[in-house]
Amino acid sequence: MFRRALTLALPVLLAFTAACGGGDDKGGDATEAKTVTVFAAASLTETFTELGKTFEAAHEGVTVKFNFGSSATLAQQITQGAPADVFASASPATMQTVTDASLAEAPTTFVSNKLEIAVPAGNPAKIADFADLAKPAVKVALCAEQVPCGAAALKAIEAAGLKITPVTLEQDVKATLTKVTLGEVDAALVYRTDVLAAGDKVEGIAFPEADKAINDYPVAALKDAPADGLAAEFVTLVLSQQAKDLFTKAGFTTP
Amino acid sequence: MKRRRTRAPWMLAVPAALALAFLILPLVGLLVRAPWRTLPQRLAEPAVLEALRLSLITATLATAICLVLGVPLAWVLARTRFRARRLVRALVTVPMVLPPVVGGVALLLVLGRNGLVGRYLDDAFGITLPFTTAAVVIAEAFVALPFLVITVEGALRAADPRFEEAAATLGASRWTVFRRVTLPLIAPGVLAGGVLCWSRALGEFGATITFAGNFPGETQTMPLAVYLALETDPEAAIVLSLVLLAVSVAILSALRERWIP
Repeated sequence: MFRRALTLALPVLLAFTAACGGGDDKGGDATEAKTVTVFAAASLTETFTELGKTFEAAHEGVTVKFNFGSSATLAQQITQGAPADVFASASPATMQTVTDASLAEAPTTFVSNKLEIAVPAGNPAKIADFADLAKPAVKVALCAEQVPCGAAALKAIEAAGLKITPVTLEQDVKATLTKVTLGEVDAALVYRTDVLAAGDKVEGIAFPEADKAINDYPVAALKDAPADGLAAEFVTLVLSQQAKDLFTKAGFTTP
Repeated sequence: MKRRRTRAPWMLAVPAALALAFLILPLVGLLVRAPWRTLPQRLAEPAVLEALRLSLITATLATAICLVLGVPLAWVLARTRFRARRLVRALVTVPMVLPPVVGGVALLLVLGRNGLVGRYLDDAFGITLPFTTAAVVIAEAFVALPFLVITVEGALRAADPRFEEAAATLGASRWTVFRRVTLPLIAPGVLAGGVLCWSRALGEFGATITFAGNFPGETQTMPLAVYLALETDPEAAIVLSLVLLAVSVAILSALRERWIP
């Protein structure tokens, strides 16, 4: 008896859930317009989360959703059709992937970031300058050259004429910094902002060659943005004086 | 007389077909998008070969470790009774459901340079595991071991204990019984477990990149190479994925029918 009932009920249940799903899709457009989806480089996590709150406070009923990650990954996701409204990347090259696919309006540089040597608290390997990273006994973590922090690191290393053999090439700047925080490497090349964000678990050492590898961060509203007007407004906020103060405090340089 | 084939009722056939499509479609996607024309020269790139070589070596070493340690563990779980057995069995399966990245963090905290055990390894022997090929093997063995233990334990439970009892009454020592009776009896199960274990080790990503890092020729296995290639060169990532897929399917299909019941 029970089995019979189930046999009959199952298709009905399936049809019902399918209908519900369809209904959600239709209702979705109205709510989607109230959501701004921002794809931003991992190094912007702290500052953009803050900006998101400011934006939500100024626009009632609007939610800002973030997708933080490696700029290169984000750019790939956007070109593969991810529904993003705004893209803020950590390098002009990754932004270009998106503009080349004619998916973004003209991008604007809003901050730049500089590399620093990050060492674990107490600096156990006694790193004093950039050249120390080339010593064979020093374990160094770098970002992979496929991602912006890695490309910048490579440029700085070349500018200094050093030969550094890292023990690992990490997939993003946060992963690279983690290896320092845990004390598994003696030093890593990460952004100044990441050193500041890590607090007292790591120490930062500035080096002159970092000036040769400054990373510009462009931001752009995307052409197929589901939340058209709001996307432009978010970009305006990113370029505002209020945002500039926030970025400077976090260790970025603003133009 | 012809054997009657069972035809699945549509209530089963439809969801079964959907399940199949769900599993196979993504793989079809890989095949469709693959840059077939440039495939040969992409495959011959030294970086690809290096990653593949490292993957095959580490997965095989990890499987060897799992066999040496896992078969005895499975035997203990299947053939002995002790109070904490339930708990031990649950703990054994934890790495199966744990996100691999968490496994990698855990390994780093224990075997890393500042880890619980790693600190002493470093002080006493000057051995640091992270960022070495050995670390890749450890990470792979950690995530793959439960697959072996579970399969072998199942085989042991299914094996008829009367053969072992007969051997014991004839005067064979427990070790002899294990070696001469039990092991041949469960050989298909051990092989099946080994294959599963090897495939899991081959595909390991999260624990490896967290614990062993990523350096070409040293710790960069195929899955890591796929992930990084995706950042800038999606076509290369597809090619690498195809290789992994081909190796896995070949191994699994060769052994599935024969060894896995």
